[in-house]
Parts: sequence; structure tokens; C-alpha cells
Amino acid sequence: MNLLVRGGRLVDPANALDGVLDCLVLGGKVAEVGRGLTAPEGTPIVDATGKVVAPGFIDMHVHLREPGYEYKETIATGTRAAALGGFTRVTCMANTEPVNDNRAVTDYILAKARQDGWVHVHPVGAVTRGLKGEALAELGELAEAGCVAYSDDGHPVMNAGLLRRALEYVQPFGLPIISHAEDATLAAGGVIHEGVVSTELGLRGIPAAAEEVMVARDIALAELTGSPIHIAHVSTAGAVRLIRGAKNRGLRVTAEVTPHHLLLTEEAVRSFDTNTKMNPPLRSKADREALQEAVADGTLDAVATDHAPHAPAEKEIEYDLAAFGIVGLETAVPLLLHHFVHGGLLDLGTLIARFTVGPARILNLPGGHLGKGADGDLVILDLDQEREVDPASFASKGRNSPFGGWRLRGFVWMTVVGGRVIQQEGILRGGGR
Amino acid sequence: MGWRRKDLLTIRELEPAEILMLLDTAESLKEIATREIKKVPALRGKTVVNLFLEPSTRTRTSFEIAGKWLSADVINVSGSSSSVMKGETLLDTAKNLEAMSPDIVVIRHPHAGAAHLLARSLRCSVINAGDGAHEHPTQALLDLLTIREKKGHLEGLKAVIVGDIARSRVARSNIWGMRKLGMTVTVAGPPTLIPPHVGELGVKVAYTLEEAIRDADIIMMLRLQHERMTGALLPSLREYSRLWGLTLEKLREGRDDVLIMHPGPVNRGIEMSPEVADGPYSVILEQVTNGVAVRMALLYLMAGGKGQ
Repeated sequence: MNLLVRGGRLVDPANALDGVLDCLVLGGKVAEVGRGLTAPEGTPIVDATGKVVAPGFIDMHVHLREPGYEYKETIATGTRAAALGGFTRVTCMANTEPVNDNRAVTDYILAKARQDGWVHVHPVGAVTRGLKGEALAELGELAEAGCVAYSDDGHPVMNAGLLRRALEYVQPFGLPIISHAEDATLAAGGVIHEGVVSTELGLRGIPAAAEEVMVARDIALAELTGSPIHIAHVSTAGAVRLIRGAKNRGLRVTAEVTPHHLLLTEEAVRSFDTNTKMNPPLRSKADREALQEAVADGTLDAVATDHAPHAPAEKEIEYDLAAFGIVGLETAVPLLLHHFVHGGLLDLGTLIARFTVGPARILNLPGGHLGKGADGDLVILDLDQEREVDPASFASKGRNSPFGGWRLRGFVWMTVVGGRVIQQEGILRGGGR
Repeated sequence: MGWRRKDLLTIRELEPAEILMLLDTAESLKEIATREIKKVPALRGKTVVNLFLEPSTRTRTSFEIAGKWLSADVINVSGSSSSVMKGETLLDTAKNLEAMSPDIVVIRHPHAGAAHLLARSLRCSVINAGDGAHEHPTQALLDLLTIREKKGHLEGLKAVIVGDIARSRVARSNIWGMRKLGMTVTVAGPPTLIPPHVGELGVKVAYTLEEAIRDADIIMMLRLQHERMTGALLPSLREYSRLWGLTLEKLREGRDDVLIMHPGPVNRGIEMSPEVADGPYSVILEQVTNGVAVRMALLYLMAGGKGQ
């Protein structure tokens, strides 16, 4: 597919570009970025004047739920949500049913994605069989089948010896292990951050140390093995300190943060709204400040949503019993444009880097930049559009968002995959890839 | 002045004047208990549903008597007989109950926030009769009424709450209620049973019983849910009762006019010795009597009665 995007402010952090530049996509690949570009006869032209053009965003932490939990989300609905949210590439976690711990499941996900997917889908394989933390999954075959990383996300690998062997074993395949860093014995059935709010509400707390103990362990194992490790959804100031220290020592440690941990704190739980229940939990104000600083200075390489759709019956119940997690694909970009870019906490180029080159480098993905020959995946942002978040209108099956009713400025205007416009102003076009 | 809230979910949310209105109203309704015919028509034609999804004898009976003395129709739905066990969600159960037009639903539930969940979705009034480790507002009201009766005032009194503060809704509701009415509160117990950041609730923490009770006007002993305690939280019941059990001997260090309270049921010989539970300082049975009075007051005010 061919496309010429003209007149926008093009921001491509991987290539250090930020200026009014055109982008020409030919045959689905970036052919040229420059001033005053012309296109072959018949090439569709998008006028992006006044808008921001960037490489398609990557969400490296998504639960697409298929196979097994199609009542929560499917590859079709999840990737539609991604397209609307400005993401052209998502990686989906292995906690499906059956678990993505073998080639058959990976093949199924990729086949479904080819058939129903609106954006690129990259599966994450399990580290251990059945996410049980007992025996290694067939990690070599998962790599061959097309997984881009390994993770037991949602089920921390408590056995340090086993994780050490996993880190060693995967070295020939070149894929990182993503750690959901949480010590289960310290989390001990907690449902919110352990602090003054858990004390007031009488809900069981998950101390910050539950994350920090594991991050420290993971860093030690990365050092021991020389293998890369990626820390998912960092939520505490202590974890940030540990990761910063590890990076300063040159260890192969990377990390991501979610929009909700950057924006909300434990205070949001006071209402007992189960859309404030996620794992890791919303932390203290001091933790949030540390995360905001770390996403700006690059200690946190990527922003990822941990998009976790659930059915209403799993959320409209007692707080203790409600499922962990919220949806994020359709709110992440506007939330951060409004509160971080317009709010002065982060410049636009840095935010775009966290959504593009950051995750692309961690996972060695093909996207995330607009160099010649790259996939023609683009997102075009309208920084001035103002609108209220309405979960009822989400393309995701999940409506579990704490951001309903938030009025935001700065939305995704257009999403392009391989030179094809798949979404414009909230309308999906062209029936998928 | 009248009651303006749809629900009573927490003591934390109440203004001091609202607490005092409840106490004053309870005081004036208390006399019904002494009548030959224990019945007034205040809630005639009103329906109160006691939805008790956790075992409770004292609180459920107390609400039931309070409702009946005020002539309400009181229906008890308990955990074992309810459809909650059949896979129906709490919200389903509540909406089905609401379809039968009750005026007030009283809920006791093992999980924090359950009363909030109900209150958000029901049009009728909801009373929290204990939600997990969160709050138990009517318990705090009956405790405050008992203290005020015995001491003549609340302002300036020193209370100490002893035991498993972390898992106690009684402690939380009393901390808010006592603080709002000008009392000072100390919590005491083994550090494994003291919740983090409890100081931010405006209380002091004591780590020995002797220190805690020295100048206390009120000693409130909490029930130890000992069946889930031993192991990581406490080495043994024996050690708990040696360090934290209230005995006559330890009380010698305390004030002569101290009040001993307990929300019941008492583990005799664990959190207090029988001599203390039945002794002259104990007001445990007065607490139970006042429980009916504050619950009458609450039902009466919620149903539109004028406050005292």
C-alpha cells in the first residue's frame, strides 16, 4: 500500500527527527521522510497539517485473552481497541487458556491475528509450563514459532533457581524474559497498596517491598547470567532506584510503566471502585512522583498499558473478590498527552519515544521508527481535540476503566498500518489487515 | 435537625453533630426497653431486611429487636439460607431484595466495601452492620453511648484499644468516632497486629499492655480471631494471653474508675480473664443493651423521625 502523509510535525525519536516533514510509504514500507515529497500518481494523500505524525505506537503489555477467555476479549476486539488507541503493534501475554507455553498455541494466536487482527500481534510465550513456576516451557520452540519474549506475567516465578536457568537457557534465542516482579509471600493475598488507605479501608495490603525484593532478585540474576531481563509494570520508588542503579552499572535491565501508575494513587481506592484494583496496585504519591521522574529520565524505557479486559460480573462484586486489572489501549495515549505533555511533565518527543523506540529496542521488534524500509506504520495525533472518556464506546469488550468521565485534550486522529489507514477520528476502516 | 443521609456506611464520614444526634436519640429511646409493652409505632408499615452474610448472633438479634420494638416488619436473610451460596452475586441478591420494596437493608458481610457496593446500586437506605475489617459503625455508636452514660461526657477521655487492630472493624469505627468527639485513642497489641501507618489516623501506638493501660479511662479489648492467628502473626495463644491478656493483676496499674469494654463474644482466658470480664469495671453487658438503643435510634432517624 502507498500513502503520502504531508504537512504534519513528524516526530521520530529513533532517527532524531522532529519537524514539519512528509512521510512517503510505498508498498507498505517507509520510502522517504523529508520536505516537499511527491508521490506516484494515484497515491492517497493525508493532510496532517497541525497534527503530529509518529511511528505507530507499540504496547508491549496486553492481554488479548484469546484463546480461552473470549468473553473478556478477542484478538479481533483487542486489536480494534489498539487501532483506535494509536497502537500498530501489541504483544500479548501468555496467560490464556490453554496457556501459551507451546507452539500450537502460538501458532493459533498468530493465525487468528492474521485473520482477525487490525494491527501486528506478537505473542509472549510462557517461561514455565502452565505458568506454574515448576518446569521450563519449550522455550526454543516458542522462539521458533514467533514469540518475541517470555513471561509468566500474573504469576511471578518465585523459584529463583528456575528463573536463573531460564535466563541462561534462552541465551541462544535472543529473547528477553519479562518479570512480573512480586514476591508472593509478601503480597500474601493483598488487594491494594499497603499504606494508610489499606489501613483505613481494612483491605489487605501489598507492600512496596513485595515488588522491590523481586526486582532486586531479578537484577542479581541478570548480573549472574548476563541475560537481559525486563521488569513489567514498575510501581514503586524503590524499584525505580534499583533499576536506575542496575542500569548505571551497565546491566541488561529494562523496565516499563503503565499510564495508571503514572496518574493514579492509592487514594483512588477509597471509593471501593473495583476499577482501581490492579496488580501491582496503585501506590503512594511518592511512588507516583518517582515513576514520573523515571519515565522522563529514561530509567523506565517504555510505557505499556497492561490492558486487562474483564467481564462486568468479574468487576461488579466485592473488592476482595473482583478481578485485578483495567483496560488501557484506548485511553493510554490521550491520558498521557493531556496530563504529561499538556501538563508539562514530559515533552512530546520523550513520550513518543516511550511508546515507540523504547519497547521496540527491548523486544527487537521491527517497528518503532520511520527509517527507510521500516514498516509503514504511523500514528497521527491531534493534540487539541478535546473529549470525555466514555468506556461504553470502547471497541474493547472490557469496560473496566477508572478513567470514565475524564475530560482530556489530545487524542489519536489516525492510525496507519503498512501504509493503509485503518482508523480515522475514531472510525475503523477497511476490515483489518 | 433530622437525619439527611440515605445510608450509614462509616463513622469516618459522619459529622460530630450527627453522631451526637444519634446518641441523644438513642438515650431517649432506651426507655422503651423498660416498658411493660415494648413497642412504639414509629416504623409501622416499614420493612427492614437484615442481610447477614457472615455469622452473627449479637448484631443481627440487636437489629431485629430494635426494628420490632419500633413496629417495623423485620426480615432476616442469612448467609446459609440465601442464594448468595448458589452463585448469585451480591448485587443480584440485593436487587432481588429491592424488588420487594424494603425501606432499609442492614448488611453484614465478610468483605470490606460490600455495604458501599450495595448503597451505590440500591435506592433504599443501607446500614453497614460490619464489612470485613473496614467499619462497624453501630458498634462504635453503642460504645460511645456506653462511655458517655458511665462517664457523663466524652471530650478529653483517654481510650486504649487492645488486640488485633489490623483486622478489626470495631477498632476502625471507634477510632473515628472517639477522635471526632474529642477523645484520645491509643492502639496496642503485638506489632504484627498493628496496621501500617495507623498513626496517620490520629492515634498513638503502645507496644506493652502495661504502658497502654496506665492512665486509660477506657480499655477496649478486641476479640482475637485466634483460629487464623497462630503461625506467622503470633507464636502461640499462650504467649498472646501472657503479654496481652487483661488480668486483675495488670489492672492494678490502671485507674480506679477505668471502664473495661469488649465487642463480644469474649474469648475468656485469652484477651481477658473471667474475673475481669465479670468484674466491677466491666460494662460489656451495658454495651449490648445500648446496642439495641442506638440501632433503634438509627432506624428511627432514617425512617424520617425527628432527632433529639
